[in-house]
Amino acid sequence: MWKILLERFRQKHRTVGYPRRAPVLPERFRGLPAIDDAKVGDARAAIEACPVEALATDAAGRLRLDLGRCIFCGQCERACPEGGIVFGRDHRLCARTRDELVITAAGRTRAQTLDAAARRLFGRSLKLRQVSAGGCNACEADTNVLTTVVFDLSRFGIRFTASPRHADGLLVTGPVTLNMEAALRKTYEAVPAPKIVIAVGACAISGGLFADHEETRAGLADILPVDVFIPGCPPHPVTILDGLLRALGRIE
Amino acid sequence: MSGSPLLMFEHGGLAELGRVPELAVAEFRAHVLDAVSGGARIATFFGRPAPGGAVRLLIVLSEEYTGILSAAATTVYDSYTALTPECPQAHWFEREIAEQWGVVPRGHPWLKPIRFHPSYRDGKDAWHRAEAPAAGDADFFRMEGEEIHEVAVGPVHAGIIEPGHFRFQCHGERVFHLEIALGYQHRGIERRLRGGPNARTLPYMETLAGDTSIGHALACCEALEALAGTRVPTRAHVLRGAALELERLANHVGDLGALAADIGFLPTASYCGRIRGDLLNMTAVLCGNRFGRGLVRPGGTAFDLAEEHVRDLQRRLRAAEQDTTGAAELLWQSSSVMGRFEDTGAITAETAQALGLVGPAARACGIERDVRRDFPSGIFRYAQIPVATFGSGDVFARAFVRALEIQRSIAFLKAQLDTLSPGPVLAPFGACAPNALAVALVEGWRGEICHTCLTGEDGRIDHYKVVDPSFHNWMGLAMALRGQQISDFPLCNKSFNLSYCGHDL
Repeated sequence: MWKILLERFRQKHRTVGYPRRAPVLPERFRGLPAIDDAKVGDARAAIEACPVEALATDAAGRLRLDLGRCIFCGQCERACPEGGIVFGRDHRLCARTRDELVITAAGRTRAQTLDAAARRLFGRSLKLRQVSAGGCNACEADTNVLTTVVFDLSRFGIRFTASPRHADGLLVTGPVTLNMEAALRKTYEAVPAPKIVIAVGACAISGGLFADHEETRAGLADILPVDVFIPGCPPHPVTILDGLLRALGRIE
Repeated sequence: MSGSPLLMFEHGGLAELGRVPELAVAEFRAHVLDAVSGGARIATFFGRPAPGGAVRLLIVLSEEYTGILSAAATTVYDSYTALTPECPQAHWFEREIAEQWGVVPRGHPWLKPIRFHPSYRDGKDAWHRAEAPAAGDADFFRMEGEEIHEVAVGPVHAGIIEPGHFRFQCHGERVFHLEIALGYQHRGIERRLRGGPNARTLPYMETLAGDTSIGHALACCEALEALAGTRVPTRAHVLRGAALELERLANHVGDLGALAADIGFLPTASYCGRIRGDLLNMTAVLCGNRFGRGLVRPGGTAFDLAEEHVRDLQRRLRAAEQDTTGAAELLWQSSSVMGRFEDTGAITAETAQALGLVGPAARACGIERDVRRDFPSGIFRYAQIPVATFGSGDVFARAFVRALEIQRSIAFLKAQLDTLSPGPVLAPFGACAPNALAVALVEGWRGEICHTCLTGEDGRIDHYKVVDPSFHNWMGLAMALRGQQISDFPLCNKSFNLSYCGHDL
């Protein structure tokens, strides 16, 4: 007993001050990318460097980067040595619509909160069922991290439930394999309405690396209505937390 | 194995495909069974298309005590006599061959799909199914009798876990048998690797099992480097080894915490949950990503460490060591923890050997099996990490072996960071040799990762086979549950902590 108390004292209080304090991110963290068409140079080199076809040019030759597909590998940044594409340190990546995830040199708009009715229902208490539908366990791991003492998700009234019947919505990871599609649909149906769906990671948003595989569906798009998109491969835990809190109107 | 016609080659080198002996099925079986009875293990065993609609089976055996790999091939059409009845190690491999190529291993005692996908060979299906199979639609083993009941769990589980389906045959609380149906995570990665290496190859490797990004990326790079004859700089070997051990540390620490959480011992659960994150953040110091995405690349590493990063990592490592030691010690000092850990989910060394278990699950049965020692590559050729074993084969042993490995990995990391020599971290990576075979073994945190890469005429990847340690070990979990209380399943499951996506590919 004393040893447990002594160890408790030694391990200290470790919950991060987020969102009141800025998150501590690694120096080499790859967050929100910025495009500067004037510095891109050879756009085709950047497009070909991308392993997931997240980059394209529009009719005017300007680069468009789909954060919903991007795996944040930084290959395009290396292909534009003049600084045409630079992954910044901003961890706030979430969006409310699929279109908002496509960024250009003009940047992007910050995600809106859920509507007032949803905020009233879920803003102070949100129970989620997580479904891993072909995920590689990285998105799952960095979602699980939110329940540790570091992020202490329960302090925001957000928790993960064991049963979809007890949930207000789903948090889905993975490209939705054919083998998980039925289970995902059944789990969604088991959640009482009104309910929300949160897609975490490039796979769940667009299929990511697996988008063109015949063994998978290309993410949630044709399967469930998505209310919140949280891009990344995997998103940093603080990116996921930001997405949840921003949707609920808990941070501006 | 003197007088054996098998092609022997060294780990880290390449073999010309034409030199792999093509044996008649009977001869192939006899030599494989002989080698296995002499202590060899099946590292990989798979089929690939051969001319005339046939399937060529290729097996690679590993001999831990000599560090030698050996290979043989045989050609089959619709069926052959299964190895499994005499060699249980082949069990899962032969099910995979049957599912992928519609070849029936005759006499296989447990011939069922493992991933639930259509056969890759047109018109050939081992089960003569007309339509694509539905996941989990298998002929489950079933017991009959008064008071016998069946419990079905999954694919969607209670926690934030990957999907899998578990069927328990129970009498009251007692589990007679657990059958595990996987395949829900099947994304078909192996087939997409053909024609590579290309821009997608390494991202695929890093998402085979996201918690083993470094392990799988390293195995792939070592196979490709063997094929291309690349000389990886020493500093890159050190950085790769450091990343591999950080991955092991993060997962082992996380597992100790999860084991504590499963028995409701919250102090260690809380501390380890946090320390695991600290260790992942150390990997992010290396490359910006907590799982090591983008770090390991053919020829070396894509990132280098500056002097201040090294000092930062040394400081973080000291803190993590102190915190982990304190958190782990609480487990062994608490009688309520030991009461739940000891004698729960025990498997014998004989069972572990017969099934060919790998990693901490095997070492917890007293088996000295560790790729870092038996088939060293990279930095492990110069710096050895002592193999950690414990003999009781139960949940305690699997927890304790992890704790020992945590200590040893930290000692290794400290030594490496203290003596990091300057130099480049990335060598040019050229073209792969044509018509060649390379096998790379890496001791991932769950155990032996085996990647086999075969090139075609053009030096591009013609066939790629991945064996995640979970592929060997899922059957070990099923065996560990025999005679246990069903309420101990979460604890037993966590003590193995196997990968679903790494298995399903």
